[in-house]
Amino acid sequence: MHPAASTVTTAGSGLDRIAAVFAAARASGHRVLAPFVTAGDPDVATSVAVIEAADRAGASLCELGVPYSDPIADGPVIQASYTRALGAGLTLEDVFVVAREAASRVRMPLLAMASYAIIFRRGVVRFVTDARAAGLAGLVVPDLPLEEADELDAACRDAGLALVRLVTPTTPAARAEAIARASTGFLYCVSVAGVTGARSELPDGLAERVRWLATKTTVPILVGFGIAAPDQVRAVGAVADGAIVGSALVRRVADAIGQPREALLDSVGRFVGDLAAATR
Amino acid sequence: MTAVSIAPRTFDAPRMHGPDEGRPTVSMVPDALGRFGRFGGRYVPETLSAALDQLEQAYAEASADPAFAAEVDRLLETFVGRATPLHCAERLTRRSGGAQIWLKREDLSHTGAHKINNTIGQALLAIRMGKRRIIAETGAGQHGVATATACSLFGLECVVYMGAEDVRRQAPNVRAMRLMGAEVRPVESGSRTLRDAINEAMRDWMGSVETTHYIIGSVVGPHPFPRIVRDFQSVIGRETIDQCLARFGRLPDTVVACVGGGSNAAGMFFPFVDHGAVRLVGVEAGGRSAAAGQHAASLSHGSPGVLHGSLSYVLQDRDGQTSDVHSVSAGLDYPGVGPEHAYWRDLGRVEYTSVTDAEALDAFDLVARNEGILPALETSHALSWAVAEASRRPAAEIMVVCLSGRGDKDAAEIARLRGLPPDAATT
Repeated sequence: MHPAASTVTTAGSGLDRIAAVFAAARASGHRVLAPFVTAGDPDVATSVAVIEAADRAGASLCELGVPYSDPIADGPVIQASYTRALGAGLTLEDVFVVAREAASRVRMPLLAMASYAIIFRRGVVRFVTDARAAGLAGLVVPDLPLEEADELDAACRDAGLALVRLVTPTTPAARAEAIARASTGFLYCVSVAGVTGARSELPDGLAERVRWLATKTTVPILVGFGIAAPDQVRAVGAVADGAIVGSALVRRVADAIGQPREALLDSVGRFVGDLAAATR
Repeated sequence: MTAVSIAPRTFDAPRMHGPDEGRPTVSMVPDALGRFGRFGGRYVPETLSAALDQLEQAYAEASADPAFAAEVDRLLETFVGRATPLHCAERLTRRSGGAQIWLKREDLSHTGAHKINNTIGQALLAIRMGKRRIIAETGAGQHGVATATACSLFGLECVVYMGAEDVRRQAPNVRAMRLMGAEVRPVESGSRTLRDAINEAMRDWMGSVETTHYIIGSVVGPHPFPRIVRDFQSVIGRETIDQCLARFGRLPDTVVACVGGGSNAAGMFFPFVDHGAVRLVGVEAGGRSAAAGQHAASLSHGSPGVLHGSLSYVLQDRDGQTSDVHSVSAGLDYPGVGPEHAYWRDLGRVEYTSVTDAEALDAFDLVARNEGILPALETSHALSWAVAEASRRPAAEIMVVCLSGRGDKDAAEIARLRGLPPDAATT
C-alpha cells in the first residue's frame, strides 16, 4: 500500500483527476496510454495486481472492464475474459472491490467500462454513487447512445464523474459533433466499425477524423479499438491525445493463466512498458 | 356488438378509435424514441446508431409509398399463400366441451410459419436501402429458413447465426437454409441457443453495417425493429379480424398465441389491442419448472432490464447478468421478450401465462392425433393453454389460437426426448 499514491488518486473529483492526467501529459509533451483490464480476470486479486503492474509500467489511465454476459460490442478476446470472470463467480460487488483496491494502490484514475444492462439493474443513481465510493473517476458505457444517456449524464455530473462518449466511423458529422460536445473527461474515438479486437493496421481516414473531432470539442481525444502495438500507439499519438489498448492486453493475461503470477505480471509490465514508451 | 372497423392495410400503426375518440389508445406506440411506455428504446453501440436511423427513415418512406405496400401484399398472396385460413378445430372443441377452438393457420404459409411475413417485408426494405447482404439469427430455424427464402427470392447474400445446440435439435431447418444458398454459422458461445445467435449477429453487424441489413426475427432488439416486425406480422391479426367478422359477424372472445420473443403474438394481438372486449393471452415457455434456469418465461418471472438493445422484461440475476434459460422449444428458449409485450403486460391489456415442456408435448400429441396437424413445439404451448381454457368457457364463445408454425422440424427431437430412434418420430 502506498499512502501517498492513495492521496493522489482520491483527491478531487473524478473529472478533476482525469483532467490532471491530460494536463500533466501535455506539460511534458507526452501522450496518454489507457490500458483496459477486465475486472476479476482471472480472479479479483490478480486483476488488481495487473492494474498495479500497468500503472508501474507507465500507463496513465485505466479502463476497468465490468464483465457482462452479453457484450455485443466486444470481440472474442474480451468476451472470453468476461465469460472466465463470471464463470468464476464474479459479482458486481467484486468489481467494486477490484476498483477500490486498485484505486488505493495506483496513481492513475480508473474508469469503469460497463454495459447499460448492469447500470440499469443496479439503478442509475445507485450505480454512480457506488462507483464513486469505489474510487472510480468515470464511466464508459459502450451501449448507451446519446439519446438514452440523459439520466446517467445527470447522475455523473452530480457525482463529479466523467461520462465518456464514443464516436465511431459510422457516426454522421452532425451527430459526432453533438457527441463530442456531450462527452466529459475525454472523447473515445473508435478507430473502426466493428467489435473490439487487435488489428494490425490503423484504418485510412482516422487521422483526418481525429483532427476534425478536435475542432469540435474541448475534451481530449483517445483512440481505441484495434490498437495492439507500440507503432500504432505512436501513430495515434501523432493526432490524438492518446490510445486505449484492450484486447491485446487482455490476451496477454489470458495466455499467462496457469503460469505463476510473477510471470503474468512480468508479461503485462513489459507489454505496457513498450506501449508507454511509444507515448513519449 | 357495435360496428367494428377493420384494421387499415397500411404498415403504420392503426389508429382505431372507439367510443372514446381522441383519447390515446393502446396501439399508439411506440413514440419517436421507440418507447412502448417505459419499455423499448435503443441501447446499442454507437456504431449501429446510423444504420438504425437509416432503417427508421427507409421504413417511414416505405410506409408512405403505396407501391411498397402493394408489393408486400402481392408477395404475401402469390408467394407466401396468404390469406391463411381460419380453421375450426372440431375434434379439439368436442373434447374440451366448451368454447369453439379456431386455428389461424400460419403453418400453411410458405416455409411453414409466420416468420416469412416479416422477412419478405424486411428484405424489401434492405433492397430499398441498397443493402445486398443479409444476416439473421434463428432459434428454431423458422426465421432462418424464412430469411434464406426471402434472400433466394430476391437474390441477396444470406448468413444465418444459429446456436450450436439449436443446429443439433432443428436439423431439418438447417438443411433447408443451406439448400437455399444461405450460410449457417453455428454459435458455440454462451448457452449456444437463440440469445447467443443474436449476440453474434449483432457483432457481425457492428463490422458490416454499411453493406448489410440485419433481419431480426422477432419483436425484440433496438428501435425501430420491434415496431417494424410487429407491423409486418400484423397481417395475422388483421386477417383474423376480417375472417371473424365474415364468419361470425363479431370478434372472437379470446385470442391466444405463444410468446418467446413474441412476434407471432404481437402480430396477432396488435390489431386487437384497442378492442378491449377481446381477451388476449400470451403463453410463455414454462420449461421444466418455475425454478430459475428451468424455464424461459420472461414476463411471468423476469424483471425490467436491458437485453439486445431494448428495455423489457428479462430473466436476469441481481447484477443484471442474463440468466440461462430452458425450453423444449428452441424458438421460445430466450431470456427476453419484445418491449411491446412488456408494455401490454404492465397495462394489463394482455394476460401472460406459461405452459411446461411436458404440457406442450402432450398438446403436440393431442393436436397431431385429433386434428391432422403437426404443430410446432412453440405453438404447442399456446394450444395446451387453449384446450384447457376452452373446457372452462361456454360453447357460445369463440377462441382463436395462432397456429404459428408446423412441427415437422420437431419430430426427431420429440423422438429423442422419448428415447426413440430419430425416424421413429412419435410412435
